[in-house]
Amino acid sequence: MISELEMEKAESELELGLGLSLGGGTAAKIGKPGGGGAWGERGRLLTAKDFPSVGSKRAADSASHAGASPPRSSQVVGWPPIGSHRMNSLAAKSAREEEGEAGKKKVKDDETKDVNKKVQVGFIKVNMDGVAIGRKVDLNAHSSYENLAQTLEDMFFRGNPGTIGLTGQFTKPLRLLDGSSEFVLTYEDKEGDWMLVGDVPWRMFITSVKRLRVMKTSEANGLAARHQESNERQRK
Amino acid sequence: IAGVLTWATLLKVSHGHCLLCFSCLVTLVFVSPLPQFIYIIPKPSSFRLRSLTSNHISNLSMDLRLPSKVLEHILSFVDSNEDRNSVSLVCKSWFETERRTRKRVFVRNCYAVTPEAVARRFPETRSLTLKGKPHFADYNLVPDGWGGYAWPWIEAMAAKCPSLEELRLKRMVVTDECLEKIAASFKDFKVLVLTSCEGFSTDGLAAIAVACRNLRELELRECIVEDIGGDWLSYFPETLTSLVSLDFSCLDSEVKLSDLERLLSRSPNLKSLKLNRAVSLDALGSLLRLAPQLVELGTGSFSDKLDQEAVAKLSQAFSELKELKSLSGLWDVLPEYIPLLYSVCPGLTSLNLSYATVQMSDLVELITGCSNLQKLWVMDLIEDKGLEVVASSCKELRELRVFPSGAEGLNDTNVAMTEQGLVSVSEGCPNLESVLYFCVQFTNAAMVTIARNRPNLTCFRLCVMEPFAPDHKTQQPLDEGFKAIVERCKDLQRLSVSGLLTDKAFEYIGTHGKKLRMLSIAFAGDSDLMLHHLLSGCESLNKLEIRDCPFGDTALLENAAKLETMRSLWMSSCCVSFGACKLLSPKMPKLNVEVIDEHPLETRPDSSPVERIYIYRTLAGPRLDMPEFVWTIQKNPEIGVSHLAIK
Repeated sequence: MISELEMEKAESELELGLGLSLGGGTAAKIGKPGGGGAWGERGRLLTAKDFPSVGSKRAADSASHAGASPPRSSQVVGWPPIGSHRMNSLAAKSAREEEGEAGKKKVKDDETKDVNKKVQVGFIKVNMDGVAIGRKVDLNAHSSYENLAQTLEDMFFRGNPGTIGLTGQFTKPLRLLDGSSEFVLTYEDKEGDWMLVGDVPWRMFITSVKRLRVMKTSEANGLAARHQESNERQRK
Repeated sequence: IAGVLTWATLLKVSHGHCLLCFSCLVTLVFVSPLPQFIYIIPKPSSFRLRSLTSNHISNLSMDLRLPSKVLEHILSFVDSNEDRNSVSLVCKSWFETERRTRKRVFVRNCYAVTPEAVARRFPETRSLTLKGKPHFADYNLVPDGWGGYAWPWIEAMAAKCPSLEELRLKRMVVTDECLEKIAASFKDFKVLVLTSCEGFSTDGLAAIAVACRNLRELELRECIVEDIGGDWLSYFPETLTSLVSLDFSCLDSEVKLSDLERLLSRSPNLKSLKLNRAVSLDALGSLLRLAPQLVELGTGSFSDKLDQEAVAKLSQAFSELKELKSLSGLWDVLPEYIPLLYSVCPGLTSLNLSYATVQMSDLVELITGCSNLQKLWVMDLIEDKGLEVVASSCKELRELRVFPSGAEGLNDTNVAMTEQGLVSVSEGCPNLESVLYFCVQFTNAAMVTIARNRPNLTCFRLCVMEPFAPDHKTQQPLDEGFKAIVERCKDLQRLSVSGLLTDKAFEYIGTHGKKLRMLSIAFAGDSDLMLHHLLSGCESLNKLEIRDCPFGDTALLENAAKLETMRSLWMSSCCVSFGACKLLSPKMPKLNVEVIDEHPLETRPDSSPVERIYIYRTLAGPRLDMPEFVWTIQKNPEIGVSHLAIK
C-alpha cells in the first residue's frame, strides 16, 4: 500500500500542465500497474500475463503462473469488440442449432427449452467487489446454480495455492451459494433490485436476472438496507 | 475565417447591385453599386475562401448589404454544414440568414448542446441527426441508464420546429412516448432512421405507422426493440403509398405476410426493403414478385426447405430484380440456395454476407460473379483463399469487413484466417480504402505490404482477437506494422489497433497520423508516454477511445487543452486516478468530465483508479439526467474535497 507520505508527494506532482511537454521526471508513478500497491483493494489491470498465447514470449513468463487459467478473451467484457447485436444474433443461431439437435431427443429439462427461447439473455455481466474488470458469463451455457457458481469460482478465484488470480489473495475454493464464505453471489433483477442468488427456481432466475455481482458477505448482510437506500436515492 | 463554397449559378437580380467574384486568389470582392446584375461566376468544384472577414465587407462598400433574399438564394446551394458554419461567422446578418435557412442539422454528441438551443437557432430545419452514447457502448462498456435520451430533443423540436421531416438517431434511448410524440407533432414527417437505439416497443412503431401519412423511410438498424408482436405493420393505412425504404431486420417476431404483401403492392416507390429473420424463404418469393424494382434487399431467413417448384419460382423472382444493387440478410443460408443469387451478382455494389455461415467453397462462385462489388461484409469462414478470389474478381472493392464466426468460442474456431487474406485483397483491389478485419494473428510484414499496396486507405481497423498477441512469426510487437500504416496512408482518418504494442507504436501514430480523426485502442502500450504521444501529436484527433491500457494521470493532465479540440475521450479500465479527474474538471469549463463508476466514490482515496471516464466538449454545461453511477464535480461537489487538502 502506498504510504500517506508517498501519496502526498505524488499528489503534488499532479499538475495541470496545459501544453507543456512531458518532463522526464514525472513518470506516472500512480498509474503503473506493476507498481503494486497503487491499486490497493481495487484489483489490477490485466496485462499480457493474463493472456498467454501459444508460442509467444510472454507465455514463458506466465508459465510460472501454472495452474492459473487465464481469463479467456471471450470472457472479458466487450472483448473482442463485436457489436452486442451481432453477438446476440450468433448466440441465437447456435442456440437454435442446439435446439434443433435436441428436438428429437426427449428434453429432460423444461428449463433448457425456456432458456433457448430467451436467447436474448445471452451474456450477463459479472462484477466482483475489489476487482475493477468485469467479466461476462453466458447463462445459456449453464443449467443450474451449482454450474454457474462453479464457473464464477473458476473465473475469479484460483483453487491452487501460490498462484495469483484476479484477487491475488485466495487459495482455497470458496462456496458462493451457501453463505459460508467471505463472498456471496447476488444479482440485479429486471426491476433493479439486488437479490441473493438461489432463492428462486433457476428458470425464473434466468428470465429476470440482468447482471451479477460477487459481493462481500459483510456488505450483503445489509442487502435489504442497501436496497432501501438505493430506492430512496432514486426517488430524489 | 476560412470557408469553402461550392456552387455555381448565374443569377440576375433587378435590385441590389454588386458583383461577387470568387477568384482563385480567394478574396471576396464587392464592386461599387452601379451594375444591375449580380454575377455569381461558376467555379469548378470547390475552392477555399480564405481571407473572408467582416472587415473586408465593410471596407469594400459603404452601405453594402447583400439583400437577404439574395443571400438566401445563394445559400440554397450551400449544402455542407461546414461551409454554412463559416458563412454564419461572417457577420450578424449572414448568421441570421443562414440559421433561418438551414435545413439539416447534425449534432454528433447530443450532450454537446441543449435541444432548446438547437431548436431555437434553426427553426426551419427539416432534418435532425443525433448521436448519443459513446461508441464503446456497442461493446457493453457503458452501463445501462447512462443517458442519451431522445425525449428532450423530440420535445424541443416539437415545440419550435414543427416542419421537421427527418429524424436520424444513433445510440440513443428512444421510448414509445418519443415515437408517439413524433407521430403527433410533425405533420409532414417522412424519415425515421434509428441505429443501435433501444427503449421502444413495436407499439411505438405502430404509432408512427398509423399517423405519418407521408412516411418515406422507416429503418431500424440493430436496435433493441421490445417485440410485442408483428401487428404494427398492419397499422400502415391503405392510403400510404409513399414508402421508399423499410428496414425491420432487427425485430424478432413474425409480421403477417398478407400485411406486408398489401404494403408492397401499394408502394411503387419502394427501393429498399430489409426483412427480419422471421420472414421465410417461401414468403420471400411472393414479396419479390411484388417489388421487382428494389435497389436494396435484406432477405429473411434463407434456410427453409423448399420444393423444386418453389425454388424455381424464387430463382425467377431474383432474376427479375434488375435494379438490385445491395443484398443483405441471408441468415442461416443453406449452401444449396446460394445459386439462387447468381443472377443478381453482376449488378451488386454491396453484399453483406456477415450472417451467412457458409463455407468458403460455397462462396467462391458467388463472389466471382460480383465484378462490380464495392462493399463486402463477410465472415472469416471465407478464409484466405476466399479473399484471394475477392482480390481477383472484385476490382471495384472499396470496403471490406471480415467478422469472426465464433461468437464466444473464439479460441475454438477452426477457421484458417490469417493476415494473408487481407494482403491479397490489398494487392488486388486498387480502390480499397476501408478495412475492418478480425483475425487471430498478424505480422508486421503483412502490414508493411498492405500499407505499400494501399496508401489510399482512409479507415483501417485491425482486430487481432487475442489481446497482446505479437507478430506470430517474429514474436515482436506490432509497432512496426502500424508505423507503416500511418506513415504511408496519409489520408488515414480512422484507426483501430490491436495486438502487442509498446509506447513506440503510439509515438509513430502521433508523428504520422496527422489526419487521424478517430482512434480506438485496447490492451496496449506501456506507460503515460503512449497517451502523451497521441494527444500531442495527432492534430486532427476528434474521438479517442481507450480501454485496458496502463497509462495514468500525467499525460492526461498535461495535454488537457487538447481535449477541448476533440469531440470526446473515453477511457475505461486504465489507471486514471480519481484525483486527476477532480483536477481536470474545474479547469476546463467547456468539458464535461464524467466518471462512470459503479462503486461509491466519496470514500475513495485520490490515488485510486476510476473504472471509466468520459470527457467531451460541450456548450451545454453539465447534464441534468445523470444516473447514480455517473459522477461529476458539479453534480457531486462532495467528491471535490481532497482529503489531503484538509490537512
